[in-house]
Amino acid sequence: MAEAKAAALAPGARNPLGRGVVYAVLAVFAVFYLAPLVVVVLNSVRTAQDIGATSVIGWPRELAFDNFSRAWGSYCIAQTCAGIAPYMWNSFLLVVPATIISTLLGALNGYSVALWRFRGDNWVFGLVTLGVFLPEQMKLIPWVLVLRELGLTNSISGLVLIHVVQGISFTTLFCRNYYVAIPAELLKAARIDGAGYFRIFWRIVLPLSPPILIVTVIWQFTHIWNEFLYGVTFTSGPQQPVTAALIALSVSVSEAPQYGVQSAAVLLAALPTLLVYLFGGKYFLRGLTAGAVK
Amino acid sequence: MSALVIRGVRKRFGAQEVLKGIDIAAESGEFIVLVGPSGCGKSTLLNIVAGLEQPDAGDVEIAGRVVTRVPPKDRDIAMVFQSYALYPTMTVRQNITFGMECRGVPKRQQAEALARTARLLQIEALLERKPAQLSGGQRQRVAMGRALVRDPLLFLFDEPLSNLDAKLRVEMRMEIKQLHRRIGATMVYVTHDQIEAMTMATRIAVMHQGAVQQFADPDTVYNRPANLFVARFMGAPPMNTVAARLVGGERPVAVIGAGRPDEIRLTLPAEGGPPPGWRNREVVLGIRPEAIAEAGRRFGAEEGSFSTLEAPVEMTEPTGAETIVMMRLGGEPVLGRVAPDVRPVVGGAARFAVDTRRICLFDPATEQLIA
Repeated sequence: MAEAKAAALAPGARNPLGRGVVYAVLAVFAVFYLAPLVVVVLNSVRTAQDIGATSVIGWPRELAFDNFSRAWGSYCIAQTCAGIAPYMWNSFLLVVPATIISTLLGALNGYSVALWRFRGDNWVFGLVTLGVFLPEQMKLIPWVLVLRELGLTNSISGLVLIHVVQGISFTTLFCRNYYVAIPAELLKAARIDGAGYFRIFWRIVLPLSPPILIVTVIWQFTHIWNEFLYGVTFTSGPQQPVTAALIALSVSVSEAPQYGVQSAAVLLAALPTLLVYLFGGKYFLRGLTAGAVK
Repeated sequence: MSALVIRGVRKRFGAQEVLKGIDIAAESGEFIVLVGPSGCGKSTLLNIVAGLEQPDAGDVEIAGRVVTRVPPKDRDIAMVFQSYALYPTMTVRQNITFGMECRGVPKRQQAEALARTARLLQIEALLERKPAQLSGGQRQRVAMGRALVRDPLLFLFDEPLSNLDAKLRVEMRMEIKQLHRRIGATMVYVTHDQIEAMTMATRIAVMHQGAVQQFADPDTVYNRPANLFVARFMGAPPMNTVAARLVGGERPVAVIGAGRPDEIRLTLPAEGGPPPGWRNREVVLGIRPEAIAEAGRRFGAEEGSFSTLEAPVEMTEPTGAETIVMMRLGGEPVLGRVAPDVRPVVGGAARFAVDTRRICLFDPATEQLIA
């Protein structure tokens, strides 16, 4: 028992067997988790004949990269044969403003509830963060009504509005928890210096914020990019974000299923979030554990 | 004209009353120190003067103007904080000029004020650094600079030296005092350190449990403490306070440990004695340790104004500059301060001189000074 524990804690020099077991277990789980990705990657470079002759599981006989160009620019999705490019563009038009606006609002909210005392401030914070725990499905009907009232049905602007409002819960929570570590004396000094609410935010709090802003931007970007329930519910045809378009792509039954092209489209659609993680991941981990000021 | 008047200020946080009606008035150019143990309300009072907190009742008046409802930026004050509160992302230069920037002071004027302040505090070489690149003492200076550059009506200090090490603290203490002498501004200084209070203040307000216990110059606070709290808070080691009984004929005599074989009788000076009504009553006798010295010390006084007595010695603490002796007077533990070369034998008895002019008497019920 004690030996097993020691092996688990330190699978190292003393016990090569224990180390081997640990790595074997890790390898099994890694294969398990990576298998779907491997299948998609392999299929994205196989021809339709190749897949048709065997199955979706198999090595490519030859590398067919034209799947990517077809998926990007010419594959037919719901009677439009322009690939996923226009939908990718839709997603960018959705994600960039929604991320920026919700992050800035979250920073301002977090600053207000963390560093200023006002009547009912804890209630406000509690209600805002309640949004973190509400399932998306619950809010579908209310959003239908709101978008119809505002005339934003089936538009990218409508989705931007939804994601800004929904995102505020998370961004406020993140920023508030970061800002509570800012010493109160800093604000007192600024108030005596004559700085007001917005000047303190702009000149003192925001310059301290890059670690948490990176976290919220990464979070919001990946979350909004990957979201598709609102996308399929509130938009159709050429207004859809890429996640919703992928659904349409996979149900086009006019011809034999084009697994190769579909796989390529999935990989292309996942690329932006992958890149964000590759370049921002270390900041993400650092930001989540960082204390604000010292 | 009074530079600062605090009138009947009360403040309550939830169920706790942290300030119970504070009245303090400071003349222009005074150095007022608010001193007291933590939780006595001194920092809250300073925040109310600054406008960072609102009093529940009472008024604050700065240079003749009631500012109770005026926001901090319009009170013409500057404040130095315990943590220095330097803006971490700004350079020293930006830290010092931020206040002027907020007020829209022209750039040229800002540069002049900055240069003057930097020269005064000798921080010219630090102007382009960030606070994280400064030592504790340098941060302290920059925080002072941020206050000085504004040339305000009133300077407020909230325990500005308590984050410094002992040596630097003494240096900065002297610097602040010199600065006060040089610029002659009115300053209010909060500390829990009674040495800072004694050395820097023109007047000390000793606070405890949300009330001012005594507001007077350092000598009075030290030698004639208004009550037992002040007597025991000020001074290191603090004033000895022991139970005693007042007897005597024409000159009052205080008896410590009355009825015991080792009772101590101290004849009090004729003038400034207790009111007649206190004869034959119990009192609390207070005496500073330095008023008890080795026998033969005359305290610069005439014959008859000091007594000599014999007491058992329980412990000695040679500090270098003096020797602190713990003895028993009438069974009560009492500290005395004898010359450094005098080393009474622990466990034996020794003779001590007592400066009876320095004795204070307190009412045991109200704890207030009687005489």
